[in-house]
Amino acid sequence: MTAYVGAIAPVIPTPHIEYGLLSPMLLVFGAAVAGVLVEAFAPRALRRSFHLALTLGGLAGAFVLTIAVAVDSSVFGGGAAGRIAAEGAVGVDRPTLFIQGTILVLAFVSVLLIAESSHEVSAFAAQAAAVPGSAEEREGLVAGISHTEVYPLTLFAVGGMLLFPASNDLLTMFVALEVLSLPLYLLCGLARRRRLLSQEAAMKYFLLGAFSSAFFLFGVAMLYGFSGSVNLAAIAAAASGNTGNAVLLYAGIALLGVGLLFKIGAVPFQAWKPDVYQGAPTPVTALMASCTLVAAFGALLRVFYVAFGQLTWDWRPAMWAVAIVTMLGGSIIAITQTDVKRLLAYSSIAQAGYILTGVIAATTAGLSSSLFYLAAYGFATIGAFAVVTLVRNPAGEADHLSSWAGLGRRSPLVAGVFALFLIAFAGIPLTSGFIGKFAVFQAAIGGGAVPLVVVGAISSAILAFPYVRVIVLMFFSDPPADGPVVVRPSVFTTSAVAIGALATLVLGIVPEPLLRLAHDAATQLFVR
Amino acid sequence: MSNFPWLTVAGVVPLVGAIAIGLTPGQSAPGGPADRRARDLLVKRIALVFSVITLAITVAMAVQFKIGGPRFQFTQTYQWIPQFGVHYAVGVDGIALVLILMTTVLMPVVVLASWNDAEGAGNPVGSAPPRRSIKTYFILMLVLETMMIGVFAATDVFLFYVFFEAMLIPMYFMIGSYGVGQRQYAAVKFLLYSLLGGLLMLVAVIALYVYSTSGGRPGTFLFLPLTHLVLSATVQKWLFLGFFVAFAIKAPLWPFHTWLPDAATAAQPGAAVVLVGVLDKVGTFGMIRYCLDLFPSAAHYFTPLIIALSVIGVLYGAIVAIGQADLKRLVAYTSVSHMGLITLGIFAMTSQGQVGATLYMVNHGFATGALFLIAGFMISRRRSAQIADYGGVQKVAPVLAGLFLIAGLAGLALPGLSTFVSEFLVLVGTFTRYEAAAILATAGIILAAIYILWMYQRTMTGPVKPEVASMPDLKARELWAVGPLIALIIVLGVYPKPIIDVINPAVRATLVDAHSANPVPPHPVNNRFVVTGLSSATSSSTQNGSNP
Repeated sequence: MTAYVGAIAPVIPTPHIEYGLLSPMLLVFGAAVAGVLVEAFAPRALRRSFHLALTLGGLAGAFVLTIAVAVDSSVFGGGAAGRIAAEGAVGVDRPTLFIQGTILVLAFVSVLLIAESSHEVSAFAAQAAAVPGSAEEREGLVAGISHTEVYPLTLFAVGGMLLFPASNDLLTMFVALEVLSLPLYLLCGLARRRRLLSQEAAMKYFLLGAFSSAFFLFGVAMLYGFSGSVNLAAIAAAASGNTGNAVLLYAGIALLGVGLLFKIGAVPFQAWKPDVYQGAPTPVTALMASCTLVAAFGALLRVFYVAFGQLTWDWRPAMWAVAIVTMLGGSIIAITQTDVKRLLAYSSIAQAGYILTGVIAATTAGLSSSLFYLAAYGFATIGAFAVVTLVRNPAGEADHLSSWAGLGRRSPLVAGVFALFLIAFAGIPLTSGFIGKFAVFQAAIGGGAVPLVVVGAISSAILAFPYVRVIVLMFFSDPPADGPVVVRPSVFTTSAVAIGALATLVLGIVPEPLLRLAHDAATQLFVR
Repeated sequence: MSNFPWLTVAGVVPLVGAIAIGLTPGQSAPGGPADRRARDLLVKRIALVFSVITLAITVAMAVQFKIGGPRFQFTQTYQWIPQFGVHYAVGVDGIALVLILMTTVLMPVVVLASWNDAEGAGNPVGSAPPRRSIKTYFILMLVLETMMIGVFAATDVFLFYVFFEAMLIPMYFMIGSYGVGQRQYAAVKFLLYSLLGGLLMLVAVIALYVYSTSGGRPGTFLFLPLTHLVLSATVQKWLFLGFFVAFAIKAPLWPFHTWLPDAATAAQPGAAVVLVGVLDKVGTFGMIRYCLDLFPSAAHYFTPLIIALSVIGVLYGAIVAIGQADLKRLVAYTSVSHMGLITLGIFAMTSQGQVGATLYMVNHGFATGALFLIAGFMISRRRSAQIADYGGVQKVAPVLAGLFLIAGLAGLALPGLSTFVSEFLVLVGTFTRYEAAAILATAGIILAAIYILWMYQRTMTGPVKPEVASMPDLKARELWAVGPLIALIIVLGVYPKPIIDVINPAVRATLVDAHSANPVPPHPVNNRFVVTGLSSATSSSTQNGSNP
C-alpha cells in the first residue's frame, strides 16, 4: 500500500516526528552528544564536574519529561492505550513509560556509583588503550588520569535502553539493541584494577552479544518473510490471520526469543553473565544488572505481548522450559560460587527466571507484576553492588567471599545493609523482594501455571542457601587477621546504598503506591 | 475502651523498645569498662521494661475478652495492599489470646533469665564465641516479640504469612550470632528448613487467593471470608499440604523435626525458650487455625496419616530423649514428643482433644521454658551442657534442684501440675476416636517418666562431683525469672478453668468449620447456624440463623 501511495505522489513526505513524546530519549541522546564535546573541549580538571552535571542533569531531566508525557492528556485521552510515534517506529504507552522511568531512576543511581572517586581516582582505567602491565599504563596511573568518557558512554547506553522497550518495529529495536550494547561492551573493559579480567569480560560479552544480535536479526528476517513487515502490530495481524508460512513464524519467534533471552541472561543463554559481571568495573555491573535487565525485559514483554500476543499457546511451553531451567540453574549454580560478584550474577539469573514466570502469564497481572519486580529488584541490586565497591583490600575490591568473613563484626552497618539486600533477594517478607516474588507468582498462578510456581518456590529455597551462607560468613564467622577494610564512602556511594536500602524496605512495607502505578500502567497493555 | 487498638499497641510496644535500645550509645562509644557495663545495663533494663509493659497491656486486654462474644475480638481491619486484597487485619479468638498471653509472659522471663547470655558468660568451655553486641541481642528479642504477637493476632492470611516468615530472621541471628557449639550449622539448618516450608506455603497462600477470586469476586486474604470458600476436594488436598508441611516443619512434627534439637542445643537458653516455647506453637496454632478451618475435608482425609506421624513423634521423641547426653538436646527431644501429643489432640477432631491441645501449647511453653532456663542456669555455672559432668547438685544448690524437679515433673505431666490437665484432655479426646493411638501415646508418658527422672537422678542426686561442689544456688534475678513460671505451672494445674473457658468457644468454632463439609461426627450441631451465631455476637440464641 505504501508503494501504491508512493507511485502517485513521487515526493518523499517529511516524516512526522512527535518531538514531545520522544523528548526523554532525545534529551538523553543530546546529553550524550554534548558529553562527547565536553570530552573534546573541556580542560581535564573540569571534565569530571561538567560530565557529572550533564549526565545527572540529563537523566533527571529525562525523568521529568517522562512524567510529563505520562500525564499528557493528548496521549492517553479518551481511554487510549497510547500513541505510535515517529512514523510507527516508537510506541509511547504506559508500560513503556513505566519502564523508561524505572531505567532513568536506576541509571541515575548507577551514575552515582560510577562517579565515586574517593577510594581511588575512579573505578575506570586511566588509559584503556594502554596494554596491561605496560609503561604507559603506569604513567597514566601515576598521573592519576581517569577515563571520563564513561559518562557519555553511559548516556548512550541508557538512551539505547530507553528506546529498546519502546521500539514498535523490529528494526528500531535492533538499532536500540546495538546502541545499548556497544557502549556497554566498552565500559566492561575499562576496569582500573585487574584489567585482564576486565578485558576478557568485555571480549566475551562482545562476542556472545554479537552472536545473539545475529540471532535477533535472523529472527527479524524470518518474521519479515512471514508477514512482510517488521512492525509488531503487522506481525500480530499476520499471525492471527493465519496467512503465510508458519515455519517462518515459529523460527522467527524462536530466533528473536534467543536474542532477547540472551540479554536477560536466561538459561541456556546465561554463559556471559557471571564472567561479565565479575570482570566489569562494579559500577558498570550495577548499571547492567539493573537498567539493562529492565530494558531487556521491557523489550521482551513488548515483543511477546504485542507481536506474539495471539500465539501465547505456541510460545508458552518453550518459555516454561526456559523459566524452569533458569530458576533452577541459576539457584543451583549460585551455591558453588566463591566470588561475590559471580554469586550476584547467578542470583540475577535466577531472579530473571522468577520474572519470566510473570511474563508467561501474558495477562495484565503478569505485566504489572513484572514491572514491579523489575523496579524492586533494580534498586536492591544496585545497592548490593554498591556495597561490593566498598569492601576493599590493597589490590582493589575484595570480591572473594572468604575475605568477607567477619565483616559484620568490623562494619556492622555495611554488613547489615548487604544482609538486607540478600534477604530481599531471598524474598523474605517486609522487603521489596517478597512483594515482587509474591506478585509474579500470583500472576503465574492466576494464569494457571501452578507447577511453574512450585518450581519457583523450590528454587527460592535453594537460592536462599548461598545468601544465607554469605550472612553466616559476615556475621557468625571471625574476621581474618589481614581481611579487607570497608572504606568510608563518599556522598555518591552513600546515597546509592541508601537509596537502594530505603527502596528495598519501603517497597516491602508500603508497596501500594508503586504497585498501583504498575497496575495502572499495565491495565491496557502495550499500544499496538 | 472497646475500640482501643489493643493488639496493635501490644505489638508496637516491643518495637518501640527495640528502637529505644537502638538509640542508646553503642559499643564504640567512648568510656572504659565501667561505662560499657552501665550502657549494657541500660539496654537490659529497657528490654525488661518494655516486655513488662507489653505483658501488662495484653493482660489488660485479656480481662476484657468476652467469653461467648464474637469469635474474633479486638479486631481492626485496614487496607494494606488493595491490589492483592491484603489487609492489616488483627483480632483474637480464645486460642490466639492465650498464646499471645503465653508469649508476653515468657518474654520478660526470658529477658531476665538471659541477662548475661549475650556476653557468652555462661557458655560451655571452649565454645564461647567472642563478645557480641548486647544491644543487638535485645533488639532482636524485642523485634521477635512484635512478630510473635503479630503472627498470633493476624486474621489476614497474607499478614500471617509475613510474620511467619519474617520471624525467622531475628531467630536466625539469635542462634547464629549468640549461640554455642555448632551455632552456624544449626542456624542455617533452622533457616533453610523453615524457608522451604514457608515457600511451599506461599504457593498455597497465593493459590488460595486466586481461588477466592473465582466467580468474579474481588479476591481476599481475610480469614473469615476464606472459611466460606468452596474448594474442590483435590484443590483442598494440595493447599492443605502446602500449609501443613510448613506448620509441620515449624511445630516440628516427626519426621520434620531434625532441625529442632540442633537449633535448641546451639541457641542460648533464653533463645531456646523462645524457639521451643513460642515459635513451635506457631506451627500447631497454624494447624488448628488454618489447616482445619480452611480445608476441612482435606484435614479429614489426611487425619489418619497425621495421627500416625504424631504417635511416632511422641514415642520417637521420648525414646531418643532418653539416650541424650546433652541437657538442652534432651529437653529439645522431649519437645518433639510433646508436640506430637499436641498435633494428636488437634487432629483427633474432638473438643476435648483440641481444648487439651491448645491448653498444652500454653503449658508446654511454661514447663519447657522453665526446664530450659533452669538447665541454662546450671550450664552457666558448670560451663558444660553434658549430663555426665553433673552429680549431686541438689546438695549444693537445693533451690535450683527443687525448681528443676518441679519443671521436670511438669514435663512428665504429674497430676497437680498444669501439663497433666492438658495431656489428660488430649488423651481422652483421642481415645474416643483413635483408641490405639491414644494407648500408644500413653506409653510416651511412661517414657517421659524415664527421661525426666533419669536426667534428674544423674544430675542432681548421687555424690557431689568436685566441679559442682562450689556451684552457687539461684540468684535473686534467676528466681524472679523462673519463679512466675513455676507458679503458673502449679496454679494452672490446680485451676485451669479460666483458660479452658477462653479456649472452648474458639475450639467449638474450629470444629464446626472443620466439619462443615463432613457433618457426621462427633458433635451433632447444626453447623451453619453456629457459625453465623458466633460471628454475630449472639452466642446462645443461634437456632434462628437469621443472618445471611
